[in-house]
Order: sequence, then structure tokens, then C-alpha cells
Amino acid sequence: MQTLPDAHGYFGPYGGMFVPETLMTPLRDLADEYERAKRDPQFQADLANLLGDFAGRPTPLYFAERLTAKLGGAKIYLKREDLLHTGAHKINNALGQILLAQRMGKKRIIAETGAGQHGVATATAAARFGCECVVYMGKVDMERQALNVARMRFLGATVVPVTAGAATLKEAINEAMRDWVTNVRTTFYILGSALGSHPYPMMVRDFHRVIGDEARRQMLAREGRLPHLLIACVGGGSNAIGLFYPFLDDEAVRMVGVEAGGEGVGVGQKHAARFQGGRLGVLQGTKTFLLADEDGQIQLTHSISAGLDYAAVGPEHSLLRDQGRADYVHATDDEALSAFHLLSETEGIIPALETAHAIAYAVRVAPTMRPEEIILVNLSGRGDKDVQQVADREDMLESVATPKI
Amino acid sequence: MSPNAASANRIDRAFTRLRAEGTKGFIAYIAAGDPDLEQTRHIAFALEAVGVDILELGVPFSDPLADGSVNQAAAIRALESGTTVPGVLACVRAMRAEGLGIAIVLYTYLNPIYLYGFDRFLADAHAAGVDGVLVLDLPPDEAGRNEELRRRPAGLKMIRLIAPTTPPERIALIAKAAEGFVYFVSREGVTGEQASVSISLAEQAAAIRAVTDLPLAVGFGISTPEQAREAAGPVDAVVVGSAIVRRIGEHGASGEVARRVAEFVRPLVDAVKKDF
Ligand SMILES: Cc1ncc(COP(=O)(O)O)c(C=O)c1O
Repeated sequence: MQTLPDAHGYFGPYGGMFVPETLMTPLRDLADEYERAKRDPQFQADLANLLGDFAGRPTPLYFAERLTAKLGGAKIYLKREDLLHTGAHKINNALGQILLAQRMGKKRIIAETGAGQHGVATATAAARFGCECVVYMGKVDMERQALNVARMRFLGATVVPVTAGAATLKEAINEAMRDWVTNVRTTFYILGSALGSHPYPMMVRDFHRVIGDEARRQMLAREGRLPHLLIACVGGGSNAIGLFYPFLDDEAVRMVGVEAGGEGVGVGQKHAARFQGGRLGVLQGTKTFLLADEDGQIQLTHSISAGLDYAAVGPEHSLLRDQGRADYVHATDDEALSAFHLLSETEGIIPALETAHAIAYAVRVAPTMRPEEIILVNLSGRGDKDVQQVADREDMLESVATPKI
Repeated sequence: MSPNAASANRIDRAFTRLRAEGTKGFIAYIAAGDPDLEQTRHIAFALEAVGVDILELGVPFSDPLADGSVNQAAAIRALESGTTVPGVLACVRAMRAEGLGIAIVLYTYLNPIYLYGFDRFLADAHAAGVDGVLVLDLPPDEAGRNEELRRRPAGLKMIRLIAPTTPPERIALIAKAAEGFVYFVSREGVTGEQASVSISLAEQAAAIRAVTDLPLAVGFGISTPEQAREAAGPVDAVVVGSAIVRRIGEHGASGEVARRVAEFVRPLVDAVKKDF
């Protein structure tokens, strides 16, 4: 098993702790506490109980029979993280981190959120433990994920709109980091993806590896063999690394991460596909691939899915790509939308728009594979939060095509 | 003086002079390119004229996560006026050609200079007449761990930050890596003005002085002559940033921004120069 990152938070040349001095020591303290917690059977037992009774693990491994038949190729299985409490994989990490916050005696919780799923998961965890909770969210994301904003508020969290820049996930992280720099002695920052400074990419991965651990066991029990291909969408990269990590030593298992292709990845088109035309740089604490212009200014990204609309990718994915261990592709907004409908109609499962990018790649690749081959898709979240956005978008298109009288 | 002599660095010269005069130093921060690079030049000369010892020039970055709203707004204005890394370096070169004599420190985030090429940036900055570089999100630990971040031209000082959260053993480590002066961030938080000076400043300054002979500057949050004078007591220099940047934001379009900034800064400088 790959035992990365190293002691300093590096995954090969990627990762590290590129943060203002004020945060260096708090981050080291966090890394130390996490190492202690990891080896503490009580911590592990508490987390297992929460994941079971509160969040609803284990999640099913589901054979998507009609989708498989429709695509006419490899067998498609879905790891049903959408069935977790709060509706996405994000709760795995939020529960892990709030237990750490308890150990460290921090009663004030902050988080950033893009799609709102991590914000909802954090607000849920904070409510469960009686903590104050502040969630930073880009104004654009608050509009397109209004349902999740309401959920966070019902859960007692304060949602702070962020208006800078593109007013999406990156700007929300900047604001959360500013809050943390200012209130670091009392506050625990529950970061929502496998990105940012060490120890977050490692910690978030470890809290999500339960996805891959369960899926691997379930697949062996069900099929008596491992899948040929793993597929997951990649925003910061948490649901993808959670699925991939336990399979890294299974050399025959291929892995594909799907980034947001937005309008397309051609010149002048907006997207969030960091591995298509991205550069090596440093953003928000980590050295990794990111979308920046020639002058090093971070570029505005675009994706129909708020959760994939981010300019940098988690550092471990940059390494997996270098090693050729995982491949990274992209799906456009339109492909994701078609996949959203296809899964809804063929399987009775409405996926999150983020997740629909992973489905879109399965739709592309399954027909090229043999029927005895197996694809395992991480169904990272459900689409309730996106219903309004998709309906509005399609109403609009419809009303353009057939003007209402 | 030979440009290769160690004393050619204007930061060293400034602190040598201040010690000889028995006064404190004043470091002014402005964002390069706010409202545009031509005004930046006028402001720099105006700051020199009112007695500023070191000019800290911010290289604008789209995601300044260690900065508060005032400096963030300035970075956005600078980017909107078309300011780039090469543009900032050209501005420094032009100011030196026009005779600006005070020390210049570039204050930047890593990404813009990483993509410019870290080595190349430092070499070009040095050649342009920059005396020191402060990279907000490049702690000395990471500088040591990345081959591409290790080399730099002799004569250019790497300024390092110490925060209130920095424990004693780490203060020693940073002080060892520091050059020019040590920059103590007097409070936890992003840049911005604050109502009162941190009470334990004297204590914290003593802890830093115990492990280094480098001059010590304190910054983050100073906005009035009284605060500047009080903060200057236990250190060698004070840094004022957001309070100046806010005036530039207010008067940027007026055509007399340099004069307005000088009027604001003069009493701040005077406050740290009298009777120490
Ligand atoms: C359902 C779902 N899937 C995926 C993501 C993308 O994040 P990550 O790449 O960290 O899994 C999000 C983020 O909000 C999400 O809500």
C-alpha cells in the first residue's frame, strides 16, 4: 500500500503546507492530533458508530441492470453514497473531522461549501455535537443550490455569502481560511475535500476510504472478483480518492477521474478540467495542477455542478496521474445533463450533477467494454439539490424553442 | 559603493542608519498597480519624501487569502488596471532609474512568481532594484523541501514572518532562515486596521530578540500615529499597510492620490522618529 503523503504532506512533488505562518503551527497540531486519533481504538469505534447509526453505512453496492442493458457493454455497479444521511459522501469526512474537533476542545466549526453538500454535512455534524457552525459559500452557489442553503439554516448554521471573484468554491475557501487565521485558537476548520494544506488531503482521504474498502469487499462477495474500472467525479477529489485508495495495489483495476468539462475544453471555453491545459502551481496551501493564466492569476472556472467548479485538484490526484495509476478525463455540462436524465429514467436514481459527470463517462466507455467486464461508479450524491436548477434550465430552453403564448 | 558589497542592500543600510540615528524605521505597504503603475511611482516618491524607510510593494494576486478586505480590494483594482508580475518589475526598474533611493521589498503570494519562474523572478527582481522578497504562503520549511524554491541570487533578502501562533522552537528556526529583518505579525488574523495594539508585543518582541540579532519589524493592523509610536517601542520598525491602502482606494481616481497619501503618512512616520 502506498504510504503517502510523507511526514511533510508531500505526495511525490505535490502537496505540502503553503500557508501563512499563522496557520503553520495549528496545522501541525492538527496533523499530530489526527495521528493520535487514528491509532486510538476509542476514536475509531466512535467514528464507526456514527457512520453506522447516524449516517447509514454501509451503503449498498447496486447492480444497475437496466443501465447496463441499455449501454450494451460492461456490467455497471453503483456505490450508493447518495443513500447516506444528508445525501452525499461528504458526511463521512464531516463526522471524522468533528470527532477530531471534539478531541481538540474546539467548539466553533467553520467550513466552505460549493454544492452545499459539504456545508450540509458539516452543519449536520455540528448540530449533532452542539457546536456553533459558520459556513462560507459563494453567492453564485447559494443561488444555484438554494435548497442546501435552507437546509444548513434549518440545522442552525450561519451561511455567509462570499461575493469576491467568481463567487464560487475557491472564494469560499479563501474566506474560510481568513476566518481560521483570525480565530484559530477557538475554531476548527472542517475542510470538505482532499485539497488544501497538509494534513487535509490525507485526512479527508482517510475518512472517505471507507467507500473503497466497503465496495471492494462487496464486489468480492457479489462477483468473486474485482472490478475492471473505477469511475468517480473529481472536484477537489474526495469521493474519487475515497474509492480509489483501497484499490491502488490491485494493479488490474483501472481508475478514471472525471473532471468538469463545462462548456468544453477548447480555447476560450470555460471549464474546470485542471488536467486539460492546467499548470503546476500553488493554491490555497497545496502544490498541484491548477487553472491559471500566464501571469499566475487563478482563472475563472465554470461547471454546471457547483461541486466540481474549482480551479485546483487535490495533490494526490496529480501524483496518481503522473504515475499513470489513474487517468483523468472530462465530461461537459451537456454530457452531464444527459447522464443525469439517463440514470433517472433507467434506474430510478436522480444523481447529483457532480455525480452525473462520472455517469457520463460510464455511458461513453461501457459500450466499448466486454459484457464480462465490470465498471464500478461512485454514486457520490443524490440530485435533490439540483432539481430546481435543472428544471429552470430546461424550462428556459423549452420556452425558447416553443414560445409560450 | 560596489554593488556586490554586502552593505549594498538598502535594507541593511536602512537599519544601520536607523541604529546610528537612534530612531525607528517606518515601512509602508502599498499594492503595486493600485490605481495603476504610474500612480504607484508617484506614491512611492511621495512616501520617500515624507521619510518612509522601506517600501513594501504588493504584487497583486487573484486569491490573497492572508489579506483582509481592504488589501483584497486593492489587489483587484491592481489586476483590473492590468498589473502583471513583469509590469511590477518594470515599475521598480523605472523608479530606480528616476532615482528612488529607499529599500523595496516585494510582498507576494507564491503562485504568480512560481509561474513566472521562481529563480527567474528573484534574479529579475534583484536586477530591477528590489532589495527583499516576502512570500506570504512560502514558509521556510517548504522553501527547503522544494528544489525549485531553494536557489536565489546573493544580495536579495528573503524576509520571513513570525506570528503570535509561532512557538519558541519555530521562532528560532524562522529567525535562522530570515534575512534583512524579521517581520512579526502582531496579531492573529488577516491584514486590516485594528483599534488597539497587542498588549503582549513587548514580551513577544523579547522572545524573538532572544534568538536573533536581525532588526525586528512589527505589522498588521496599525493605523494611527499613537499606535505606530506605541508599537515601535520594543521593535526597530513598524509596518503600516491597510490604512494607507484604504486612502489610496478613496483617492485613487482623484489625480492627487500621491499628495493625499503623503499627508496621511507624514504624521505616522513622525510618530516613530521622535525621541526614542
Ligand atoms: C455529490 C458530490 N459529488 C462530488 C463532489 C465533488 O467533490 P469531491 O471531488 O471532493 O468528491 C461534491 C462536492 O460538493 C458533491 O456534492
